[in-house]
Amino acid sequence: MEMLWFWMVSVVVALYAVMDGFDFGAGALHLFVARDDRERREVLAAIGPLWDGNEVWLLAGGGLLFLGFPRVLAAGFSGFYLAMFMVIWTLIIRGISIEFRSHVADRLWRAFWDGAFALASALMPVLLGAALGNVVRGVPLDGSGFFNIPLFTHWGVGNPVGILDWYTLLTGLLVLATLTAHGALFLAWKTSGAVHRRCMAAARPLWAVVAVLALAATFATARVNPDVYARLPHAPLAWAGMALFLAGLGTVAAGLAKGRPLAAFLGSGAFIVGLLAATAACVWPVMLRSTLDPAFSLDAHNANAGAYGLRTGLRWWVLAFPIVIAYFAMLFRIHRGKVEAAADGEGY
Amino acid sequence: MDGLLFWHRFQFGFTATFHYLFPQLTMGLALLILVFKGLALYRGEERFNEAARFWIRIFGLTFGVGVVTGIPLEFQFGTNWARFSRDAGGVIGQTLAMEGMFAFFLESTFLGLLVWGEKKLGPRLHAAAALALFLGSWLSGYFIVATNAFMQHPVGHRVLADGTLGLEHFGAFLFNPWALVQYAHTMTGAVVTGAFVVAAVGAFWTLQGIHGAQARLYLKAGVLAGFIGACAAAFPTGDLQGKQVARHQPVALAAMEGRWQSGRYAEVNLIGQPDVARQRLDNPVRLPGVLSFIAYGSFSSDVKGLDDFPRDTWPTELELLYYGFHIMVGLGTLFIGLMGLAALLLWKGRLERARPLLWCLMLAFPFPFIANSAGWMVAELGRQPWLVFGLLRTASGTSALVHPGQTVFTTLGFAGLYLVLGLLYLFLVAREVANGPEAH
Repeated sequence: MEMLWFWMVSVVVALYAVMDGFDFGAGALHLFVARDDRERREVLAAIGPLWDGNEVWLLAGGGLLFLGFPRVLAAGFSGFYLAMFMVIWTLIIRGISIEFRSHVADRLWRAFWDGAFALASALMPVLLGAALGNVVRGVPLDGSGFFNIPLFTHWGVGNPVGILDWYTLLTGLLVLATLTAHGALFLAWKTSGAVHRRCMAAARPLWAVVAVLALAATFATARVNPDVYARLPHAPLAWAGMALFLAGLGTVAAGLAKGRPLAAFLGSGAFIVGLLAATAACVWPVMLRSTLDPAFSLDAHNANAGAYGLRTGLRWWVLAFPIVIAYFAMLFRIHRGKVEAAADGEGY
Repeated sequence: MDGLLFWHRFQFGFTATFHYLFPQLTMGLALLILVFKGLALYRGEERFNEAARFWIRIFGLTFGVGVVTGIPLEFQFGTNWARFSRDAGGVIGQTLAMEGMFAFFLESTFLGLLVWGEKKLGPRLHAAAALALFLGSWLSGYFIVATNAFMQHPVGHRVLADGTLGLEHFGAFLFNPWALVQYAHTMTGAVVTGAFVVAAVGAFWTLQGIHGAQARLYLKAGVLAGFIGACAAAFPTGDLQGKQVARHQPVALAAMEGRWQSGRYAEVNLIGQPDVARQRLDNPVRLPGVLSFIAYGSFSSDVKGLDDFPRDTWPTELELLYYGFHIMVGLGTLFIGLMGLAALLLWKGRLERARPLLWCLMLAFPFPFIANSAGWMVAELGRQPWLVFGLLRTASGTSALVHPGQTVFTTLGFAGLYLVLGLLYLFLVAREVANGPEAH
């Protein structure tokens, strides 16, 4: 049962990364690929009807973690205190910049919110990537089941650790590059004309950067937490995840070469899911690794909410999940095809 | 209260109060938008569609701010209340996760369709999207109230060997009797807020002599919904809520009414200042017997005073609780009077010419926000010093390892951010109202 929940949380996290990932990427990139107000409204029309729902995956994932593994949420959120508030404030600024921009047709007003949107969209992937890096590296959990670490210390991966060190910064940059490249493919798929051309042109170098950073992170992980690879021979799902992300990378390359943005976009989604699946399979069952003593680590066995709670949650979740998928299918269907810049006043 | 506990409580109270200004309006507006869309379908008149479009614009802005100010609350359970999350997360995580899966996706999906899809969907489906949005936002309210209800009146759980709480009866937890009553009262409060805002815009335009048909429509819809909502907020929902507090949290009732000594024929204190040091109420104006009647249905019932309870179970911010309760009840009574008068004149067809009353309706819109915030304060301060009533003390729920300085810093960050956010929101809503219904 706890294994099922571990994977449910992982699936929702992966969905969040893929779905909100493309609108983070689109946001981070839009200052460069969309140069005037009409082009920027085209970008907003592409993500406008979707981003709000995408963001809900974060709340759904947080809720599931709270339900299934309250100790992990309690330790992680209070331990990364300041970083968590950076996430919160970034999400606030990002949300209102999309919402407020359209209400006033003034150049400076729009330029300001475009800038805020781009900055917040670029910062979120770095923060999420650093979080992933922290989970892989481990944190100084002690016998109380809690920890609290500063934002950074000496940038080294040894004790005392900070939230940011060279390794978590590397994973942060990897996720930033990946989601920007992912967003470029989404925009290339949904737009036409100049924005489409610039996105296709940006995607190639971005994916080259992703490949280099992914390789670097793979080697760095061996140095930071060798346990991850020690589990490889016993984790068939990790091999499946690796196969998926390599296939995704191949699809991206083929899609870019043949000028088929939708195929490339699906490939980049597979790359992200594969990477996260391989990571989850390698760390299982550990959810928060203690750098002090393995006995203090929080894992799916010692940190779950109990059999009755997990069983109950599963019952309604299998009802809710298909409904949510149906909403998304409907949304994507209604908004299918290339977008046009929304007329002023309609939508965003 | 030590510094860390104070700042954790202050931060959550501040961010939750600011957040709730927005959903109470969207939940109220969702109902009115649904009514407008329904009338548009049923009567086939374009003025209802036009009204729906205007209020969807206001809804969108309000919803946007409501979402971004709601996200911090879910995070703060973990960041600021880590021991509470560890101990109670296995129970309340259920409703919080259900809110995400059942309510938020519904709301965000259909708000997008409502804003972007009027042409693509056609009138019937567009009205169906309004229905879905209404269901989503009211469902979301239920999950939050059910979560809060567990903290007020914990049921359906079991205390495990290590002191944490585990879920035992999902049905009992989800349909907590406390939640049903509190939900009805909270939702009528939200309808009152939405109605007052709609009526205020109608009154404003009528006084200015512009947007005639739309102004009349808002005035009528706002006054009718406001009158029904204000009455329902007092009776039966407020009355039931009061009886519930009397039954399950008698110490909170005593504090709300500033009552130190027990006795029969308990009086309601209309005004008066609680003096905690001397344990009495100064300058009271009283209605004898009424509290006994409200709480237990008979003028002669015995209502316990604070003296009957151990000092360490008294609500910690007694004065704030007392004043919050009296502000809520006082404003609620005024709402019934104001909306009752307006409804009477509306019925007689004289409301549009009653300028002093239109001025009152225009200026009254902030007061439901104050009344609802006061109501939440009463619920939350009445629960103190418990985080989960009778089970977990507030002082034992904080993140023990977080340094007070970090909490002060993040609280100041929220204060600055929310100040800017609030001003921008008011500026944009004022612009929409100034632009009028036909804008765009």
